[in-house]
This record gives sequence, structure tokens and C-alpha cells, in this order.
Amino acid sequence: MRRTFVILALLTLGLLSYALYEGLVAAPTEQTMGEVQRIFYYHVPSAVTAFTLFLINFAASIIYLARRSPTADALAVSTAEVGVVFCTVVLVTGPLWARPVWGIWWTWDARLTSTLLLWLIYISYLILRRYSTSGQTPVIAAVLAVFGFLDVPFVYVANRLFRTQHPQPVYFGGPGSGADPRMTHALLMNMAAFFCFAALVVWLRFRLERARQDFDETEALEALLQPDARSPR
Amino acid sequence: MKFLYAAYAATWIIHITYLAFLSRRYRRLRDEMHDLRKK
Repeated sequence: MRRTFVILALLTLGLLSYALYEGLVAAPTEQTMGEVQRIFYYHVPSAVTAFTLFLINFAASIIYLARRSPTADALAVSTAEVGVVFCTVVLVTGPLWARPVWGIWWTWDARLTSTLLLWLIYISYLILRRYSTSGQTPVIAAVLAVFGFLDVPFVYVANRLFRTQHPQPVYFGGPGSGADPRMTHALLMNMAAFFCFAALVVWLRFRLERARQDFDETEALEALLQPDARSPR
Repeated sequence: MKFLYAAYAATWIIHITYLAFLSRRYRRLRDEMHDLRKK
């Protein structure tokens, strides 16, 4: 298992390096925005990765609610946590791109506001998981995750439904949308690299969560077996 | 260019910080397991 992980980690590192080269060097410079447009190659893959992780979290939460499976619960918390990390990258790289292009760091348009709301929903989910002492915490968190996920499709369609400062979609945006094939290649390479990286981090986080569940179970059993914990006859 | 480099640097700072945080949690759990075995 450890050897497989090391091999996959090295492959991911190679892919990330190649994707970095594609984004910073190989892709052509965009005519209007110039070099700063290359933030696109980190901003968009981070957003797509975060949405994918939230989708897995949504599915795992439904499975947990249906079957009370600890594995599904561990997968749900792992994908939510790593998804929040990627969503944080989106919220940091976005303003760093907006400032030189729009002249402002932030605006309360539908796309940006719904993305911030999404981040806050999953932060609430993680805070609930971390600090609630109720035995029903995984159930409450799963319900929050199911309803919280409804914001993901809204974020996706926000700049199609409303007039936003955020640009219209580059891909799947109707006639006239699309980009230079070399830009598309750089984007796809970065997306593949970010997906592999996210999968590795989720794997690590999932194993930690499963180990934590086993530890909590063992500790509870140990406490029950302590002589002073037995009820008097 | 400074915004471009700032965005790329910020991305990796966020990821590396999270990995460090994860590693600390692994260590803490390992210590707790060790303590439980000693009891």
C-alpha cells in the first residue's frame, strides 16, 4: 500500500510539474489580459476539483443516511475537507486575478457571492464535525451536506443566469465560446494534475478518518471494560 | 506578473499548509494509540 502510494505520488508530482510548465510557458499569452490570464490554469481546475469533491461528499452523505456506513461517513468528511482547501484556492486566486483585470479585488455578483456561500456552508459542515459532541453529529452533518450541495449547480449557472462581473463561460457557453487549442491543452493538463493530487490527499485523509474511527471504537470498548466503569450489582 | 506569481505561490502555500496540518493530526493519533496500548 505504501509503495503504491509513493509511486502514485511521484507520478502526480511529475504531472503537476508538466502542467505548471504548460500553464506558465507553453500556453500562448492571452491578447487582452496578458500574462495574468495564466491564473486561469490554476483557478479553473481548482474550482472543478472542489465541485467534484463536493459531489462525492453529497453521494457519500446520501449513502451514509441510507445505510449508516462508517466508510461513507469517512469519505464524506474527507472530501468535504479537501474540497474546502480547493475552494479556498479558488477564493484566493480569483481576487488576485480580478485586481489587475477589473481594478477591484471583489464584487458581490452572483458567481462570486454564491462561491463564498458554498465555502461558508462547507466550513460550517467541518466546524459541526469538529466541535459537536452529539452522537448524531454524522447524521446532522450528512443532512447539511445534502442541502449544502444545492449551491454547487447554482454557482455553475450563476454567470449564465445573471449579469455578472465574472466573465461568461469560456467553455460550454454557447456560440463563440472556446479557446486556443494550446490553452485548452494546458487547462486539461492542469485539471488532470489537480484531480490526481486531490485523489491522493483524499486517500490520506480517508485513511486518517478510518484510523480515527477504529481508535474511538477501541477506546470506547476499553472504557467499558474498565472495572470502575461497570455498573454496581 | 506579480499577481500571477502570487496566485501560483498562494495555491501551493495553501496546499502545503493543509498537508502539514494533516501530518500533525496523523502524529497526534499515533501518539494517542501508543498511550492506549500502554494502559
